[in-house]
Amino acid sequence: MSDIFNNKIGRRAVLAGGIAGASMLAMPAVLRAQDKSLKVGVYGGYFKDSFDKNIFADFTKTTGIAVESVAEPTGEAWLVQLEQAAKAGAAPADVSMMSQVSMLKGQSTNLWTPLDLAKIPNAKNLIDRFVNKYPDGKIAGIGAVSWYITLVSNTDVVKEAPTSWAAMWEKDKEDKLGLLALVSNSFLLEVTAKTFMGGTNALDTEEGIVKALEKLAELKPNVRLWYRDEAQFEQALKSGEIPMGQYYHDVTGLAAADGNPVRSTFPKEGGIQDSGCWALSRASKKTEEAHTFINYMCQPAIQATLSRKVGTAPTIKRDLLDLTAEEFAAVSSDIEPIIPRYDLYQTKSDFLNQKWTEMIAG
Amino acid sequence: MRREPPQRLGDYGPLFFPAGMLTLFFVVPFATMIAVSFFQREQGGFYTPAFVLDNYARFLSLFFGKVLGFSLFLAVAVAIACVAVGVPFTYLLARSARKTQIAWLVALLSILSLSEVMIGFAWSTLFSRTAGITNLFVWLGLMSQAQALTPSFGAVMTAMTYQAFPYTVLVLYPALVRLDPTLAEAARTLGASPVKAFFTVVVPALRNTILATLIMVFIFALGSYLLPQLLGRPQHWTLSVLITDQAIYQSNMPFAAAMAVFLVLVSLALVGLAVYAGRQKEAK
Repeated sequence: MSDIFNNKIGRRAVLAGGIAGASMLAMPAVLRAQDKSLKVGVYGGYFKDSFDKNIFADFTKTTGIAVESVAEPTGEAWLVQLEQAAKAGAAPADVSMMSQVSMLKGQSTNLWTPLDLAKIPNAKNLIDRFVNKYPDGKIAGIGAVSWYITLVSNTDVVKEAPTSWAAMWEKDKEDKLGLLALVSNSFLLEVTAKTFMGGTNALDTEEGIVKALEKLAELKPNVRLWYRDEAQFEQALKSGEIPMGQYYHDVTGLAAADGNPVRSTFPKEGGIQDSGCWALSRASKKTEEAHTFINYMCQPAIQATLSRKVGTAPTIKRDLLDLTAEEFAAVSSDIEPIIPRYDLYQTKSDFLNQKWTEMIAG
Repeated sequence: MRREPPQRLGDYGPLFFPAGMLTLFFVVPFATMIAVSFFQREQGGFYTPAFVLDNYARFLSLFFGKVLGFSLFLAVAVAIACVAVGVPFTYLLARSARKTQIAWLVALLSILSLSEVMIGFAWSTLFSRTAGITNLFVWLGLMSQAQALTPSFGAVMTAMTYQAFPYTVLVLYPALVRLDPTLAEAARTLGASPVKAFFTVVVPALRNTILATLIMVFIFALGSYLLPQLLGRPQHWTLSVLITDQAIYQSNMPFAAAMAVFLVLVSLALVGLAVYAGRQKEAK
């Protein structure tokens, strides 16, 4: 169990060095390849291993298209690599799983080949917000998986489960919180806006953003750790060293199942739902295979398998899935989620980053 | 063997390899970084080749000034702490039995095999409330309640000093072993206490070595970005942390490059100043 768990941490914190090794390991898949093949980029570590085992093998069996999975780093490093490669006419991966901010940044240079929905009939299963569109309405990407960041706490120290994100602001939480360190991965502006300002629309103006930042600044005395490294917070949460904070719902669930005194709570304002899209690099020549692949991934049965085996939340409608209530609760919630304002991280990224850094480090 | 000055081009041959390596792995990347620092940042995209000063302009603010100031202060503090502990330690080590020396040097060398990540996590556990050294103090009756010593400036300083200490000893060791023991003995015969002999004879005799060690640890500490993150509060984050944020998370290469160039220039200037000051003193 602990091995699986450690790998899970690795999926969003991939070492670039792993890529070379990982792609070499993926080579046997190519040797078995029929004439049709596809290179698919997924986050390295647990994610990639899990996809290789539970998804890609069956996909090749069903469609005859061999998959070579490529471990991609998180952050925007992969976007930069895809962009540089596309300029040179190369595609390190045909289809890649991309974060929402990366999708928008890629759109600005037309990095993504527009997808043809006629060739992806299963796309009708998707929840609308998981279809990523160019400003002119062309489809840039299709939702692959999603995951939640929720309010987590140590059950030994925090006896009663918190019910609202506002619990983080309470006086008795002094020096007790662990929060993500970056404006673009913590989504705390959205949390503040939804909790105290009536919704994320409050962030439409710079005044609104500044107000949210001021409210967030009140949190500073309560924050013991602003983390970039997930393992660091997870360890502290399990031991009770830092008894509360924001963290990934799926990983916390696994830790609890493993007997650790931790819980993940969907606050009444909703958990933060982040997601990854399948996107096709414009340098790829495997357009047909890519559409087949994306269509395959949008099937309810595959999405259910992902939830059960990989621990991700589905991107398609709940009523199409055969997940039991328990299985669904393990990865998601019916409470309306907080959807990050990805547009802001593209149009106002430098402003947000500057103000945020000044807020926490100032 | 008498060394003749090189006569023909071929005599410079042995120099071509290191020069080529230096060009390939230092000059080219550094020049690229300087070039990128003048490029135009495209918000929500990447960057385009241009010649703009915006990246440097953004850096010239009170906020970044403070961060730069703190980074330099931290590096200087670590350098001084390392030398303050390292010189007496190495002095005693150089005078101890051969076996003791070997044991210590092997132990110190093995610290070098630890990555920054491991050092950071180890210290954060040692400084934690739930499993840290304060529990030991409580057990000994020195404290009434276990408490967390991290995140704090002290935690960052301790871990960084720990990390740089083996380098300090390794640089000081040869000079201290070669140091003529009769110097200190002469001072003792003339009536100086061991401590006085150490400060009035040994330390001045090692002035250049100590200066070189200070500079080396300073440069080494300036690049640290993991330990301040793991063990410090946001106000203890160094400029290197912010450079990493810009380069990796914001894909703002031009700004990251501009900050890095600035950091290199400031540290070069400080090193130059230290060397110059050292020479001036020697000339007197």
